[in-house]
Amino acid sequence: MDFPTFLIQLLNSVQYGLLLFMLAAGLTLIFGIMGVVNLAHGSFYMLGAYLAYSLSGLLGSLTLALMVGTLLAVAFGLALEWLLFRHFYQRDHLDQVLLTFGLIYVFEELRSMLWGDDVHGVAIPALLGDAIPLTDNLSYPVYRLFMSAVCVALALGLYLLISKTRLGMKIRAGAANREMAEALGINIKLIHAIVFAIGVGLAAVAGMIAAPVSSVYPNMGSQVLIMCFVVVVIGGIGSVRGALVAALLVGLVDTFGKVLLPAVSGMLVYMLMAAVLLWKPEGLFKQ
Amino acid sequence: MSDTLLTASGLTKRFGGLAAVNNVSLELWRDRIHAVIGPNGAGKSTLANLLSGDLPPTSGEVCLGGVDITGWSPERISRQGLGRSYQKTNIFPPFTVWDNVRLAAQSRQPQQPWNPWAWWQSASKSIAINDRATRAIELSGLQDRRNAIAGAISHGEQRQLEIAMTLATAPQVLLLDEPLAGMGVAEAQRMVELLLKLKPHHAMLLVEHDMDAVFALADHLTVMVNGQAIASGTPAAIRSNAEVQAAYLGEEHA
Amino acid sequence: MEVLPRSVRLLLVLALAALAVFPFVGSDFYVQMVTRMMILAIFAMSLDLLQGVSGLVSLGHAAYFGLAGYALAFLMPQNEAASVWLTLPLSVLAAGLAALVIGFFVVRTHGIYFIMVTMAFAQMVFFLFFDNKVLGGSDGLYVNFRPTVNLGTWALLDLDNKKTLYLVTLGAMLLVYGFLRRLLWSPFGRALAGIRVNEHRMRALGFATFGYKLVAFTLAGALAGLAGYLWGVQTGYINPELMGFHMSAHAIMMVILGGMGNFAGAIVGAFGFELVLHLFKDLPQVGSVQLGKHWQLWMGSFIVLVVVFAPRGLLGLAGWFSRRPEDGDV
Repeated sequence: MDFPTFLIQLLNSVQYGLLLFMLAAGLTLIFGIMGVVNLAHGSFYMLGAYLAYSLSGLLGSLTLALMVGTLLAVAFGLALEWLLFRHFYQRDHLDQVLLTFGLIYVFEELRSMLWGDDVHGVAIPALLGDAIPLTDNLSYPVYRLFMSAVCVALALGLYLLISKTRLGMKIRAGAANREMAEALGINIKLIHAIVFAIGVGLAAVAGMIAAPVSSVYPNMGSQVLIMCFVVVVIGGIGSVRGALVAALLVGLVDTFGKVLLPAVSGMLVYMLMAAVLLWKPEGLFKQ
Repeated sequence: MSDTLLTASGLTKRFGGLAAVNNVSLELWRDRIHAVIGPNGAGKSTLANLLSGDLPPTSGEVCLGGVDITGWSPERISRQGLGRSYQKTNIFPPFTVWDNVRLAAQSRQPQQPWNPWAWWQSASKSIAINDRATRAIELSGLQDRRNAIAGAISHGEQRQLEIAMTLATAPQVLLLDEPLAGMGVAEAQRMVELLLKLKPHHAMLLVEHDMDAVFALADHLTVMVNGQAIASGTPAAIRSNAEVQAAYLGEEHA
Repeated sequence: MEVLPRSVRLLLVLALAALAVFPFVGSDFYVQMVTRMMILAIFAMSLDLLQGVSGLVSLGHAAYFGLAGYALAFLMPQNEAASVWLTLPLSVLAAGLAALVIGFFVVRTHGIYFIMVTMAFAQMVFFLFFDNKVLGGSDGLYVNFRPTVNLGTWALLDLDNKKTLYLVTLGAMLLVYGFLRRLLWSPFGRALAGIRVNEHRMRALGFATFGYKLVAFTLAGALAGLAGYLWGVQTGYINPELMGFHMSAHAIMMVILGGMGNFAGAIVGAFGFELVLHLFKDLPQVGSVQLGKHWQLWMGSFIVLVVVFAPRGLLGLAGWFSRRPEDGDV
């Protein structure tokens, strides 16, 4: 493969990987800190995409849609946490699986009722519509670089929040020892709500920025969810760092796999997961 | 025939930079009770975990009956002849006392889960297993509580059940992690009697806080502080050891 | 709840009598419907072995259900029917083998990991079939004929006959139930129950728990394959959705709905779940809203309500009311 093609695939890998990281980070955080597995996590991604579609049409600009959409998605997530999820932190994983599976059904139907079953497109903002030329006839879309940039910025923000702020310290304290944190006066319920909101927010933003590239369609949530699970398994549950490494790894294997070994490309990521499981049954960076 | 049933040399366990157990060595002989004492956080339970296979050592060796068992899995070590009871009661609460011990005795059957015969037999009908379980229950004094649900019996009885299950696996070496924990005076006395009854046939390691029981039972003591074995010897020698008195015994048995 | 109360046992016997008589009084449509429910009951019982008895929550159990169906589709020639004596063992073997291979990777994980990797591997199998035209692709495959049940040249049974197929399925369901009940009280079954309650202690007692769990996983996969084979025989059509995540989650729901760990609950749950699903799909039109069209909403809400209010299922509710100990002497 020549260098420009390689570069394009590399950039695509990184972009896909970073997008997966946005989802996986939320999933692994929510599980690591509150101990709840959320099968409906993909639904937040889908919600983001559909909000991008509706709001960009309504408000005229994708940027505005992003801001309003994130707020709406986070509000929805907080309501869901307050109403349902917080009562399931101490319950069996089995119950959590069923609850969130039921929610998938509900969300799918609500989506169908509110937005219909057609495939929709979202326009790339004119500012980001160019492509950077790499060779005479190959160029790379600016918008994809923008997507990666947003993900990197959010990843950095997450890192700074968790390791450098007082809120982050409280979050880590709550994860390590809930009773002790409460005894120290940390409002653990608020912390849990905030972590949940972060998870939902990251997923929704991912959906929103991906919408112009992937289109907006039914079941887009479940497709991305399974990749997200694979990333979390490879990276190690509860480890955000692991999620980043694993997401980039999955991005690389999947993208280059499709180009180099198209016949088995669908299976490659799972084979990667199987190999990791043989070596480290609890993921690369187990907590 | 050697009466040294277990030897541990230079056992160390590090978690990151912290050495929870640091270069500890000990020997266990038949008909001897070896007690390990020390303040909270000294590394006693970690040491027990290293011996039973619940944790792999960072360095050091363990030999059971002449066989090097370092790094073996807990199930392999158990089948080699080491039985362990736990500080935090580790039973099957929804099952009856009888079912708990019967299951423990079943572990001594050849393990062939793929064998359809193992799917077809009736578990409660094996005479060999039932005999072994009955003996273990009688030894630990729980005959009258056979049909009680394990989760519903008293704490002291659960500790007895804990021992009964370990005994049902017919071990040569017994590792008992705080068997007297949380017991009242009468129950503790019964447990001490049980341990003395078991002594002639086993090599025993006792991790305990109850000093009266330790000095009544132990033939040999090892004192651990901050992961290290600071002294090892007979109870009398330990009692008069200045270093031990300063670090641990001083406050309690001056 | 492994030991069933006498009242429940009586009810089950009555239900069995009703099932035996049904094909002679019911219409073809309902005979087919109940046949399908019994097939799903076998599927649910196989999952109960994993979930209720061994404590392993698998989100990918449908993979083995579907694989056996595909095996049947591949084994059935274009021009004439193959024999059940050939197709049945091979299909079940295919499912069991897949479970053994996947189980080898999956059983070494615990808790939430186990749930996630079972889902991931099942999705892998799903996409393998979905993406490849050679394997039928998203359209799936047809099972051209129902298998023959012959002894030499003598046709023992005609599986094209709906009543016969019903009774064969009923027989299979009862055989599986009997086998699993026997297994529950065998040394293997007792070890699995111990693993569910306290795997750490089982290892400390000397049980090689990995081996036990792998055998359970394989056996459960093979039994799911039996159900998938019957599904292929009955419906004549296999598609990737049968291996998918929704199918696996439905099975989990069935086992929970009926009550886990005693296999009777799995049967009750399968019937109950299918009835509820049909109820929602057949809802009438109210005003301008076609209620039945939005069955996913009702189904999802139903699932959420069950989890919130009755997490131990219908038989579990009965157990809670009568406050029995979970296990005890028979």
